[in-house]
Amino acid sequence: MRRHRTLWFWVFVGPFACGLALFTYVPLLWSVGLSFFDAHNTVTPTHFTGLDNYAAMLRDAAFRDSLKTFLLFTAFIVPVTYGFSLALALMVNRVRWARAFFRSVFFLPAACSYVVAALIWKMSIFNGVRFGLANTVLGWFGGDPVAWLSTTDPPWYWLVIVTVRLWLQAGFYMILFLAGLQRIDPALYEAAAVDGARPGWTVLRHITLPQLRGTSVAVLLLLVVNAFQAFDEFYNLLSDARGYPPYARPPLVYLYYTALGQGQNLGLGSAGAVILALVIAVVTVAQARWLRLGRTDGDG
Amino acid sequence: MDDALVRAGRALRLALLAALALLFLVPFYLLVRNGLADERDITSPEWTFFPADVRWGNVRELFQDPSVPFARSLLNSALIAVATTLGTLLLASLAGYGLARIPYRHANKVFYGILGTLLVPAAVTFVPSFVLVSSLGWISTLRGLIVPTLFSAFACFVFRQYFLGFPRELEDAAQVDGLGYWRTYWRVVVPNSRPVFAAVGTIVFLGAWNSFLWPLVIGQDQSAWTVQVALSSFTTAQVVRLHELFVAAAVSILPLLLVFLCFQRWIVAGVERSGID
Repeated sequence: MRRHRTLWFWVFVGPFACGLALFTYVPLLWSVGLSFFDAHNTVTPTHFTGLDNYAAMLRDAAFRDSLKTFLLFTAFIVPVTYGFSLALALMVNRVRWARAFFRSVFFLPAACSYVVAALIWKMSIFNGVRFGLANTVLGWFGGDPVAWLSTTDPPWYWLVIVTVRLWLQAGFYMILFLAGLQRIDPALYEAAAVDGARPGWTVLRHITLPQLRGTSVAVLLLLVVNAFQAFDEFYNLLSDARGYPPYARPPLVYLYYTALGQGQNLGLGSAGAVILALVIAVVTVAQARWLRLGRTDGDG
Repeated sequence: MDDALVRAGRALRLALLAALALLFLVPFYLLVRNGLADERDITSPEWTFFPADVRWGNVRELFQDPSVPFARSLLNSALIAVATTLGTLLLASLAGYGLARIPYRHANKVFYGILGTLLVPAAVTFVPSFVLVSSLGWISTLRGLIVPTLFSAFACFVFRQYFLGFPRELEDAAQVDGLGYWRTYWRVVVPNSRPVFAAVGTIVFLGAWNSFLWPLVIGQDQSAWTVQVALSSFTTAQVVRLHELFVAAAVSILPLLLVFLCFQRWIVAGVERSGID
């Protein structure tokens, strides 16, 4: 009977587990192996180079810049998206009229791909010439047109990059916050009202926000991991027929050009991927510590 | 006094929400406006809210332009999205059920092995996965675009959590009737779990249709381009035909908006599951 069950377990789980092993664990291990070899244009290299790839990667100013770009991007996008989607959720949750409509409208951009969103931003809103929407609006107030994506001082391109992601993601996190708000026990608000707490800021600070703790932790973790994986909007906003500009390269864009660009230096690319995997692991663990993920109070 | 204040606050909130909603809809409007305008209207220095004339002919032009493999890339995206969705649902739900319901000594180890891959962001593994797929000779094939993405640890996790809470009485009754695990699963569990399949399925479908990095890396030949790769290569090309670009982008999100509006309830359920639990 037990052997019979084991057999059935593997009939159900086997295909998935084998596929996952083949397409996640095998490439990972292979890549760790490759990172110790000189692997130009080949996946079965013979020239062992030890830690040279890692040293080269860490010495490369462009790679270090890409980590800085990630930090800067995270510093913008995480608090802005967090605050904005929380505010949206609080407002949509309390509005009495056309609530489903508002929820749908804010969530709708989540169906849009980063490619399409970047296209609208780059070719229409922030296209940098006079007929662009942003410059038209600026013109109404007497401002001069701004070349949004190619101005590095001040770095206006950040405005473009951050607003694309904000537009696309805010609704998704709003849905998470709305779900969290729905789970708060109404009795808590009644008790607060009996105690004389005025609705508004006090209730928000002492009841709503503490009750949303679990949701907040999940949202922050997702925001950071997603910022780390940013590729689509950077690539589609900034690269053109001549290639990618020397600024605002997040880690994945850098890795894309290193590993799959002209040199196809897979050894170096693999070393970069390993370093990035370690960075994201450290960031995630540090964040979980900082947010005290194990805490059991609040919702979950 | 207080009452008036509350009412004023409510009106203010509604006005703010309405303004933000309009702002959120502007990009969609621009897509349609520019897609149905002609080149002159898009690049006119005097920006007008409505184009001078609405040219539905742009859509026909897009599909007839031989230099742009747009119809082919739409077909590729549709095939990939449907195959990925069905494959993921089948594999992940079977695995989730096995992990939740079939007792096995090492089930926990297998589960943590699966869960562990969630800690490795998929984007970090794109270089190694590219290496594997290229050594299988799957570059620029639909196989290469579909098969490696079928094994979603996230979907498996959602299914396992769901099946843990599935009413056991239903399964017990089936076992009394002499059905084994396999037939119990197909005849009792699946028909009673449609909401979770719909939730996971729509999320996987949206993700597959919109994904960009993997199709960009694997679909190198024009024949294997997805809609996103095609749009991206038009955007970054030397010569851009704006109205064609916008109408292509509008056509590319049309199927998604339909899926989105019809299945919104399930998508919301899926998103709620993805954040917490």
